[in-house]
Amino acid sequence: MSTARFTYVLRLADASLILGQRLSELVGHSPALEEDLGLANIGLDLLGQARFLLTYAGEIEGKGRGEDALAFLREHRDFLNPTLVEQPNGDFAQTLVRQFLFDAWQLELYERLSQSADSRLAEVAAKGVKETRYHLRYSAGWMVRLGDGTQESHDRVQLALDQLWQYTHELFDADAIERQLIADGIAADPAAIRQGWDAQVNAVLAEATLQRPADRPYLWQGKRGQHGEHLGRLLAEMQYLQRTYPGATW
Amino acid sequence: MSASRRVWEVLQRVPDPEIPVLTIVDLGIVRHADLDADGAVRVGLSPTYSGCPATAVIRTSVLQALHQAGFDRVEVQDVLAPAWTSDWITEDGRRKLREYGIAPPAHSVTSVRQIWQPTPEIACPRCDSHDTTRVSEFGSTPCKAHYRCNSCLEPFDYFKCH
Repeated sequence: MSTARFTYVLRLADASLILGQRLSELVGHSPALEEDLGLANIGLDLLGQARFLLTYAGEIEGKGRGEDALAFLREHRDFLNPTLVEQPNGDFAQTLVRQFLFDAWQLELYERLSQSADSRLAEVAAKGVKETRYHLRYSAGWMVRLGDGTQESHDRVQLALDQLWQYTHELFDADAIERQLIADGIAADPAAIRQGWDAQVNAVLAEATLQRPADRPYLWQGKRGQHGEHLGRLLAEMQYLQRTYPGATW
Repeated sequence: MSASRRVWEVLQRVPDPEIPVLTIVDLGIVRHADLDADGAVRVGLSPTYSGCPATAVIRTSVLQALHQAGFDRVEVQDVLAPAWTSDWITEDGRRKLREYGIAPPAHSVTSVRQIWQPTPEIACPRCDSHDTTRVSEFGSTPCKAHYRCNSCLEPFDYFKCH
């Protein structure tokens, strides 16, 4: 098996899985019915992407682990999602800012991955990119409505942006694993993703009358398996059934 | 009727579980339906959306329908590439959507940047008025957006371009 490729596919899978799980927590709790439906549908798309990617990761690994084993029976430290997606939903501004920063990243990522030398990754990305476009249109639309809305909504979105900005750095960091896969034409180059992301994010922030926060040098390590306090609680809920009743099926 | 023709006839009667007026052939998700010399059938299906919950139901319905039609060995395969597009919905399918109260997709989004362009005018499936407003980007399922007609004041679903 290719360890590097397994790790990379798992990182992609976990990014979608964990954010999808976060969004599912909001089902029935969003501020309005339309947003409940919107966020639930985005979460559903993300879970769908995660299923394809986890299945593929299991095949690369070749130890018989399928999508369910990888989602429900891995430990905290074996999850390789970027730290951004495990952040709690907070208020609607925090949910939306997290979504917007993620969508803008995933759109650039999937656009590039759909040209990957790895045909399975290319297929999943080409499928996913069509969904991500709608996600970004939704989240960017809300950034503008809230940012350029009332004083209260503006302040809340700016605060959420200031708090979540520190997690964006990790999205564009390539370690040795990714650098090798980039050289092989399999992984997408974060430097190129960053360019597109910057342009997209800057344009939306300007229209939303929001200030782009300063970059911070600290690098979060979620995709290397080192997480903050929030992921454990998320997993406790997500994995509860399989942990309590091992092997339970529908 | 040839056996392979019969396979398509069976598939033509399998409804989409979310929009039961449409069959899976109308929806354009049947990529291939091959019949081996020894009678085994292989059906390739394209999921509309990665997380569409209907995919599993459709798979089961296809197996069931073909088994009932006397095909004992049936294999259903996921076909991800090329990705499904709403352009594959047949003319017949578009008419059925409209009659069911769902506005059919305008045209497919071919460029990512196109998402920033204004949404094309969507006609109300009930009164045909072009004076409509998008209420929400997402409707009752991922593939639909929620609209309201400003003429007849009825809400309706719009099947998004994909």
